[in-house]
Amino acid sequence: MAMLRPAGDFDRSYEQDMALLRQPWHYWLLGFSLLAAFTLPLWGDAYLVATANQIAYTIIAVQGLNILTGYTGQISLSQAAFMLVGGYASALLVIHAGLSFFVALPLAALAAGAIGLIFGLTSLRVKGFYLAFATLAAQFIIPWLSRHTFKEYLGGANGAIEVPLPQLGTVNFGEVSSYFYISLVVLLITTALLFNISRTRLGRAFVSIRDNDLAAELLGVNLFTYKLRAFFIAAMLAGLAGAIKAHSQRGVGTEFGYSLNESILYLGMLVIGGLGTNLGPFLGVAFIVLLEDLSDLLGGVLAAAFPELSGQLLTSFRPIFFGLALMLFLIYEPRGLAHRWQLLRAGWRLRPFAR
Amino acid sequence: MTSENILQVEDVTLSFGGTTVLDRVGFDVRAGEIRAIIGPNGAGKTSMLNCISGFYRPQGGRLLFGGEHDLAGGKRAAQLGIARTFQNIGLYNYLSALDNLMAARHIHMRQNMLASALFWGYARKEEARHRAVVEELIDFLEIAHIRKTMVGALPYGLRKRVELGRALALEPKLLLLDEPMAGMNAEEKEDMARFILDIHTRRGVTIVLVEHDMTLVMDIADRIVVLDFGTKIADGVPDAIRQDPEVIRAYLGQAS
Ligand SMILES: Nc1ncnc2c1ncn2[C@@H]1O[C@H](COP(=O)(O)OP(=O)(O)O)[C@@H](O)[C@H]1O
Ligand SMILES: [Mg+2]
Repeated sequence: MAMLRPAGDFDRSYEQDMALLRQPWHYWLLGFSLLAAFTLPLWGDAYLVATANQIAYTIIAVQGLNILTGYTGQISLSQAAFMLVGGYASALLVIHAGLSFFVALPLAALAAGAIGLIFGLTSLRVKGFYLAFATLAAQFIIPWLSRHTFKEYLGGANGAIEVPLPQLGTVNFGEVSSYFYISLVVLLITTALLFNISRTRLGRAFVSIRDNDLAAELLGVNLFTYKLRAFFIAAMLAGLAGAIKAHSQRGVGTEFGYSLNESILYLGMLVIGGLGTNLGPFLGVAFIVLLEDLSDLLGGVLAAAFPELSGQLLTSFRPIFFGLALMLFLIYEPRGLAHRWQLLRAGWRLRPFAR
Repeated sequence: MTSENILQVEDVTLSFGGTTVLDRVGFDVRAGEIRAIIGPNGAGKTSMLNCISGFYRPQGGRLLFGGEHDLAGGKRAAQLGIARTFQNIGLYNYLSALDNLMAARHIHMRQNMLASALFWGYARKEEARHRAVVEELIDFLEIAHIRKTMVGALPYGLRKRVELGRALALEPKLLLLDEPMAGMNAEEKEDMARFILDIHTRRGVTIVLVEHDMTLVMDIADRIVVLDFGTKIADGVPDAIRQDPEVIRAYLGQAS
């Protein structure tokens, strides 16, 4: 689809043409969104802030998956496992090395990135369907190791350890209304970095591997090292997200999820949001989290109406709604919500001539 | 072998599980010429290009580039300055025309992963600098109006042209074109022929042109190799090829 811009919108330099914000309304939209996000704890209730917090760190994990699957075209079913690595790494660094959370956070990202590299290496020789299966290895091995090795550190059969709250000087991040800012700021940083990647050499190399790996190789892109870079970035972002999640839930371990279920959920979020777009993770995660709320609500209502079935009703709607949404998107909008949004914008530009 | 030969193909033999696709084929490509490879369908033309671009590893023979580099099975074609287009178009369909060309600047750019992510200082300048190079090509190929269009949505003729642009963006010394005019109408073919001649004369790029259609090649090629069933049956200037009985026989067996 052509990028439509209003008449009279010209660029005077290539740098200007590459810019993200070029229109007054871009600045307004961004400014307003940031204002709304940063004041959320002031006007939203605790539940809303907690949901926004969950959305924020989940977006970071899905952004990572987007680099690997959306941009580079390497399907992965192990994003949750790398979150687990990040969560444990950050928790252990804070508990046993006495580091501040804010130092442990980037280190946790690096640790997850390193583990991601190792599993990436083993997955590089296979493509598509086989790759998806190869990545399952990480998704099974990592949670298993967390339960069966280093039990005194990782919690063993409990499947969980306690994670302390971050502290910065005198500021305590004990309340979600303050913790939310950590997730938000990290998300803003990752978003900016990923936007840059998508418009520069690295991002083009990723997409060229996805769209035509043979041509990419003949044009000098080293498939091996670039796929590894994608694995590394994806696992790093998973690590970041996992660390943030662990400290916000005050615990980490298989008891808190991090299973194949979550990995599939992230992939579904990405598909629904739009693979290979910067907006996709935002839209997909928000959509699914809101859908989960809706299904919990519906489950609750039905459970009240049919008390004898309440056990099943309370838990069954999430997977049903998720599966249904994913199916509908795959059939009717395989390019996700981000593509819908582009079409809407193009239609607005072309008004009143849009179909 | 003389030093003016940019490419020397010596006795190249390629087979796939018993079927011989290229049988001791040898020819040279002089720097600055348009060298055509023609032949009926299945003659082995694409396979030859695949050998030159390092994608196939021939079982026998040598391919020397610039008199020294053996190309067989190597993955360094881009670094050595060899670019190609594909018979079935090998573009990055979900990138814009502009980004397809920018992607081919990959080996000429230095920014690392971190610089790309930060997009500050060097990376920013580098992007703008290479953008200028690419824009010059976009003007040359008259595709400015579609530069921001996703190439997957473009009509066939324009996609062929974008692919040519992408190959040029690599700044190759040797350009391999696999049936650049196949499936085009007369007007598009003429445009393409004009671009190929311009690339050759104005940009000084040596071209190996694979074409199925003999008449068109006769007009623009300096010398022609004729393949038939994997063997070279003729090699020479267009006028000689036109009268070659072997070539006439090979082509008479065919509709075109
Ligand atoms: N990868 C391959 N595996 C098996 N056979 C191949 C392969 N590539 C080419 N061939 C065979 O080699 C022959 C020549 O093909 P090709 O080089 O594409 O011919 P041309 O480009 O002249 O039409 C054909 O018979 C084709 O089936
Ligand atoms: Mg062919």
